[in-house]
Amino acid sequence: MTEFFNALVSQPFLQMSLLAGLLASLGCGVIGTFVVVKRITFLAGGIAHSVLAGMGAAVYYGFDPLLGALIAAIVSALLIGWIRLNWKTQEDTLIGAIWAMGMAIGLLFISQTPGYTGSLTSYLFGNILLVPEQDVWFMAALDVLLLVIVGLFYRQFLAVIFDEEFARLRGVPVSFFYLLLLCLIAVTVVLLIHVVGLILVIALLTLPAAIAGHYVHSLGGMMLIATLLGSSFTVGGLALSYSPDLPAGPTIILLAGSAYVISAIFSHYRLKRRARQSLSMP
Amino acid sequence: MSKVIELCDVSFSYGLIPVLQHIDFSVEQGEFLGIVGPNAGGKSTLLRLILGLIKPQEGTVTVLGKKTSQQRRQIGYVPQYPGFARDFPITVEQAVLLGRLGSGSMFGRYTPTDYAAVQAALLELEAQDLAQRPISALSGGQLQRILLARALVSDPKILILDEPTANIDMRIESDIFDHLRELNKRLTILVVSHDVAFISDYVSRVACLNRTLVCHTTDAIDGNLIQHLYGEPIRRVAHVH
Repeated sequence: MTEFFNALVSQPFLQMSLLAGLLASLGCGVIGTFVVVKRITFLAGGIAHSVLAGMGAAVYYGFDPLLGALIAAIVSALLIGWIRLNWKTQEDTLIGAIWAMGMAIGLLFISQTPGYTGSLTSYLFGNILLVPEQDVWFMAALDVLLLVIVGLFYRQFLAVIFDEEFARLRGVPVSFFYLLLLCLIAVTVVLLIHVVGLILVIALLTLPAAIAGHYVHSLGGMMLIATLLGSSFTVGGLALSYSPDLPAGPTIILLAGSAYVISAIFSHYRLKRRARQSLSMP
Repeated sequence: MSKVIELCDVSFSYGLIPVLQHIDFSVEQGEFLGIVGPNAGGKSTLLRLILGLIKPQEGTVTVLGKKTSQQRRQIGYVPQYPGFARDFPITVEQAVLLGRLGSGSMFGRYTPTDYAAVQAALLELEAQDLAQRPISALSGGQLQRILLARALVSDPKILILDEPTANIDMRIESDIFDHLRELNKRLTILVVSHDVAFISDYVSRVACLNRTLVCHTTDAIDGNLIQHLYGEPIRRVAHVH
């Protein structure tokens, strides 16, 4: 740990990694809260995994993989959203198909690109230590975009997440905001790719918000606490993995996962205790 | 008297199953109309048509003289089941505020007027002390009042309720209907219920709906007149099958 903090002062690349982690935490705190409360983890998983198609295509045609990821994420978000809105009967099968086909397309592209197979694991599991400076600025821009859109339309998002039918009756364009929400999830997935990779994205997107949900009962509170928790997990995972030279992504996820399990057990027993106390009160 | 809701020869089917056939039906301003009928008789479908959530395959639905999709702001709606998870992290005040969406600016925050409207709606339903409670901490009866407050906060001209008291006990049921009777002084109310005997104490007219047929009186008799004639606030139960 001390070694990590010493290195943090002297090594600019580590400062970039830390900044990338914090920027990603902001996105996952705000959007992760929507995902958890709306219970669309599976949809978010579909978006996250099909991103590989865009990254593979970017590698094959020689443009920025993160841009490829963003395009693929938006396309699959719109596709999945369209299925959810218009084709409800086979929703889960179709999302599963998009999930797997996206990955398959990506793998085919990468297999046809000579000399690029090495980068595959970093797309899948992240490589926060190697995040380029320009990508950090790209991530910052995505964060600003997320916050501006959520800030402008917070009430509409809340209405759509809380009660779609009622929102429709109040004249809120529900389909539009639902698709916009999925696009924001897509942007967040791209934010998280460098940190934990696209396979582990779903954990960092949902676990901090789910833990926050054990303790606070407002969306704003959940967003704040989830952002702080996400930051602690990324910084903590980075610090823990640095000296033993472990991959940072899986370390971050294990840290978040353990915290979630402990919190779930704790809040379960706290609820039971409170129920007992409420009965023993005169 | 003017017609606030009018259905002309409306038919609707889900897939191959006809739910409503050739419905002619209208609601006058100021009425307190009860819709009764057997399960799967199309009561909820009729409400969804009036709300504009579904479109009829045949016929027209008019609300306050216009297409229903243009008049949603004039309608307050209380669903049979809340369309949200009971453990959703939101306070009563925030949930009721969502009823204010659709008026005012699309961007940004609620105005002081919105907050004042929420206070007024909660006060009217004697639920003002619940404002800061999470909805997960509400009893069934309290939740029903909050749903009613959410429907009223947009200051609608018509209030539509689908089985508003299906999931709460009798005492609270009459409590809710006492509120509705009070609200009927300024609003046209349309309520679906399975309990004919109970609602007939409150409504001014009952329409009976069974899949292919709505039977209701079309003559515009004033509620007070009937009360004078029969000594009861019930006007007439038309029941033709």
